[in-house]
Amino acid sequence: MQEECLLKLRGIDKSFPGVRALHNVDFTLRSGEIHALMGENGAGKSTLIKILTGVYQMDAGSIFVDGDAVSIHSPQDAQNKGISTVYQEITLCPNLTVAENMFIGREKSAWIKQRDYEKKADEQLKSLGIPARSTQQLGNCSLAVQQMVAIARAVDMQCKVLILDEPTSSLDDKEVNMLFGLMRDLKAKGVGIIFVTHFLEQVYEVSDRITVLRNGELVGEYLTKELPQVQLVAKMMGKELDELEDFTGDDTKEAVEGPVFYEATDLSSDATNPFDFTIRKGEVNGFTGLLGSGRSESVRAIFGADKVSSGKVKIAGKEVKISRPIDAMKNGIGYLAEDRKRDGIIPELSVRENIILALQVMNGFFKPISRSESEAFADEYIKALNIKTASSETPVGSLSGGNQQKVILARWLLTHPDYLILDEPTRGIDVGTKLEIQKLVLKLAKEGVSVTFISSEVEEMLRTCSRLIVMRDRHIVGELKGQDLNQAQVMKTIAGGEA
Amino acid sequence: MKSDSRKFLKGGLGQLAIPIIAVALLVIFNLIRDPGFFSITITHNNYGNAVLAGNLISIINGASELAILAIGMTLVTAATKGQDISVGAAAAIAGSVFVKVLKSGSTINGGTVLLAFLCSCLVAMLFGAFNGSLVAFFKIQPMIATLILYTCGRSIAYWINGGATPTVTSQILSSIGSFAPGIPIPMPVIIVIVVTILFKLLFHFTSLELLTQSVGINQDAAKLNGINTTFIKLLSFILLGACVSVAGCIGVCRLGLINHETLLLDVEMDAILAVAIGGNSLGGGKFKISGSIIGAYVIQMLTITLYAMKVSSTDVKAYKAIVIVLLVVIGSPVVKEKFRKLLQKRNSQKKEASAA
Amino acid sequence: MRRFSKVLSMVMVLAMVLSLCACGASSGGSTGGSAGGTITVGVVNNPPSESGYREANVKDMEAVFSKENGYELKAFYSLKNDEQLQAAQGFITEGVDYLLISAAETTGWDEVLQSAKEAGIKVYLFDRMIDVDESLYEAAVVSDMAKEGETAVNWLLDQKLSEYNVIHIQGAMGSDAQIGRTGALDAQFAAGTMNKVVQQTATWDEAEAKKIVESVINSGEKFNVIYAENDGMAKGAVAALDEAGITHGVDGDVVVMGFDCNKWALRELLAGSWNYDGQCSPFQAQIISDLIKSGKAPSSKVIINEEKGFDAKTLTQGDIDTYGLGE
Repeated sequence: MQEECLLKLRGIDKSFPGVRALHNVDFTLRSGEIHALMGENGAGKSTLIKILTGVYQMDAGSIFVDGDAVSIHSPQDAQNKGISTVYQEITLCPNLTVAENMFIGREKSAWIKQRDYEKKADEQLKSLGIPARSTQQLGNCSLAVQQMVAIARAVDMQCKVLILDEPTSSLDDKEVNMLFGLMRDLKAKGVGIIFVTHFLEQVYEVSDRITVLRNGELVGEYLTKELPQVQLVAKMMGKELDELEDFTGDDTKEAVEGPVFYEATDLSSDATNPFDFTIRKGEVNGFTGLLGSGRSESVRAIFGADKVSSGKVKIAGKEVKISRPIDAMKNGIGYLAEDRKRDGIIPELSVRENIILALQVMNGFFKPISRSESEAFADEYIKALNIKTASSETPVGSLSGGNQQKVILARWLLTHPDYLILDEPTRGIDVGTKLEIQKLVLKLAKEGVSVTFISSEVEEMLRTCSRLIVMRDRHIVGELKGQDLNQAQVMKTIAGGEA
Repeated sequence: MKSDSRKFLKGGLGQLAIPIIAVALLVIFNLIRDPGFFSITITHNNYGNAVLAGNLISIINGASELAILAIGMTLVTAATKGQDISVGAAAAIAGSVFVKVLKSGSTINGGTVLLAFLCSCLVAMLFGAFNGSLVAFFKIQPMIATLILYTCGRSIAYWINGGATPTVTSQILSSIGSFAPGIPIPMPVIIVIVVTILFKLLFHFTSLELLTQSVGINQDAAKLNGINTTFIKLLSFILLGACVSVAGCIGVCRLGLINHETLLLDVEMDAILAVAIGGNSLGGGKFKISGSIIGAYVIQMLTITLYAMKVSSTDVKAYKAIVIVLLVVIGSPVVKEKFRKLLQKRNSQKKEASAA
Repeated sequence: MRRFSKVLSMVMVLAMVLSLCACGASSGGSTGGSAGGTITVGVVNNPPSESGYREANVKDMEAVFSKENGYELKAFYSLKNDEQLQAAQGFITEGVDYLLISAAETTGWDEVLQSAKEAGIKVYLFDRMIDVDESLYEAAVVSDMAKEGETAVNWLLDQKLSEYNVIHIQGAMGSDAQIGRTGALDAQFAAGTMNKVVQQTATWDEAEAKKIVESVINSGEKFNVIYAENDGMAKGAVAALDEAGITHGVDGDVVVMGFDCNKWALRELLAGSWNYDGQCSPFQAQIISDLIKSGKAPSSKVIINEEKGFDAKTLTQGDIDTYGLGE
């Protein structure tokens, strides 16, 4: 080994009740390198980082810092060993000054003079090229500067290993460049940086090495310049490219030739860039892209879930205004949200009440669904969707994930939507239910319902969708249909077109 | 019988178990202390009507304002995950408006009383809307938002009438505040029944119950299901305003005067307690109006019991606190869970024993 | 709906702010600048909203220290001692001729009164005493709450009832009025001349008083006197009697006694449904005015404001007009 190894992790295992989060994972960080840690949701990135920072204790494996075997018991312990972390959410105090934020909680004596540490902070900021004054209130600085102050604080604590967990997710392009400048400076000073992000382009811009995790296991470690983007995507998603090339034909769907049901031009919300989108009657399409690519945000904009900031929407040829969920619902759109727990179920209410909720809201305040009617609805859908529950009066929170998802599906089916948006309906549920849901989607399409189906498992989308809209870094970068509808093409488009 | 009782303990009655047990314990305690405690007699009041009297009547009658306020408080708690601490002060305002309108007319008859009540109701609902908009639009914590009215409400009540204790005397008012001719049941009790029925009808003819619970349990999900969460929260405060007005007017009618400093003093804490004793979560969500009403009667029964035992009324609050702490702790999820486990263990032991 | 309720909420907020401002303004005094010949009087008092008593007290001050009587009145009202202290200091700086004080708290006044003395401003205390050296004020015109109680109890003894079974409803425990009005009755209980059926505080709350009496009625115990330490609580007690069909007042089974002499309470007396009402006179202004005009030093540092007790049998409409508080 030519480079000096700052940090070595070998054979890390970590389990939580019922889940194996990490299995036999190795990771190596050299001094003076920026090392991207990549993987889709559930790959084990955050578990690994939490073990490194002492939040979790590993079950098996060993950690070496500068060649010495160590064990890390707490975040404080990690800092003492030279491992610092800057999280996505800034964890400093916005109402204190920059200098106070840099030094708070770490004075050896309580009697350090204010003047002294302000001077020290200014020197530090200058040497790192951070455009801030020590006496400024942190909350008045831009997010990027706040992020950089957090880094400066970490660096000042003599860290050798700096972990940046999604540092760019709330920054604009200019701010990202500033941050990258700082990262390169630190690299030149010999700091090893672990960089966690969803943005592929940023990985290629700034990192030297990439380690890919998938399902809690190590896929491999690569030099960035030797790993083409499409290969990276394939590794994250778990398909070797060669394997994908063979995989064609069977699942290709005919493009649907019905009338256009929904048409949006220049639609945008607070969370998306403007985009155009249409869907035909009886069509199943999908939004795909890596996590954070903007696929969920796009469908939320269609449903009016986030504040819509621009765009024209036509439904069945007629212009309509959709600014709140109720507008979308009245126009025949249903939306099963990505996060079932946060945005879907009303856990303490019964299965019955959860099923009738959307229909009840559409019916209006003064037209309650009677008890007997709602019981009939609930029984009908419990049977139709094969929901496993003790009774229709069981609180939905006590059902399994798959059955909760079915209850929410039932909720939207009961409104008899013309257009149903399903964002990750298959996440975190058992295989059997996944298949049932996919079959249901195809059945609905046959009945003339338009469906947008989003899944992080590309196979599911290929099986159900006749058209795929590919997103990267919050932009639509391609639309695949017919012959192009295969894994290899999807990977290529996500990675940036040319393989 | 045995399986019934077990089902009951397991939560067959759900959240009503605790308030009903509390009532039962108080009843048993009083019957042991004084077997005649709950006896009801018929007497003639000073207006010549045959009326019911006794401790039981005192309890049910005396808890009327509290029960009505607890109904509204339940809704606010469910929708906003917080409580309105200004109900006492708002009731003083509502009562003052009631008296003001009555005094501005030359005579008091059924029409003017109705008019006065409607005015008072309108004002109380406006103040409810004020509280509600602070909570719903400005996203201020309910307790903080209502602290404003809690602080200045009684001063506002003072400005309405100018005097400290203006009085209104009329046969109609005393009929409302105590007994109407020919009806041996205290009128406030009948008003509680009417208000309860009105709320039940409201729940029957609107989707308020489902929507309120959804907003209280999972606001994000409620929003994505098209519920106007702001409206639901605002509405809960306005409905509480109506309850406040009814309670305030009963209070005035009972005595024929309004003392803005003492009318329903400290009732907000009792109303919140009634909601809690009723098994409703103070963190919002699922609720049962009936639980809160029983909760109100529990509190009143406790007070009357302590008075009957000649506990000094300065000490009553301390004793009340002790009992309420016990009730709330017993009703807490931690204790319930422990109890459930204990029961399970005993059941399985029994099974083993019978198998052996 | 949304729009409307947003507007509504703004209006409500605005209304609240305005009304608070209005409150602030009303507590301000009259404009400065003393004209020749008139006597400038600075009054530091509790706000009229405190009670019916205070309202009458403030009105009385305004009536006596009027322009017609040759006074210029500057008044400041607050329930807070430190605000009162500031206002008093302000009056001294402005150079008033007399300073009249009803203090929120009994302590903390030494410095202010000292500076008044140095400035040659004469100080009268009214309604409430202050813990300072006597030399710092001319005189204190106060009620003797204990005497109010004695007057009432003496009246009760004069009724020559065959036995005295008393329900005693107290005011907020520890208040001057409660301590004074309780003392005389406690002495009778101790001496055994009267029998204490129940002694409970209702903290001036009418509804609470009603509950206390209701509980006694339900217990079946005998009683023939209700001694309530203010009018409101007496009214609450009477409501309980009415509901239970127990007669009261002149010719009734139960003697009803109250305090404060609200006009509405005196009317109950006149109608014969109550028996006795003890005065707690808020009318100190005339006594102080007389002292100022006489120019002589008062004979005693503490002047007890003489207070009456009214018997339903001898009460006249004239008494109500003269001595009744409120309305």
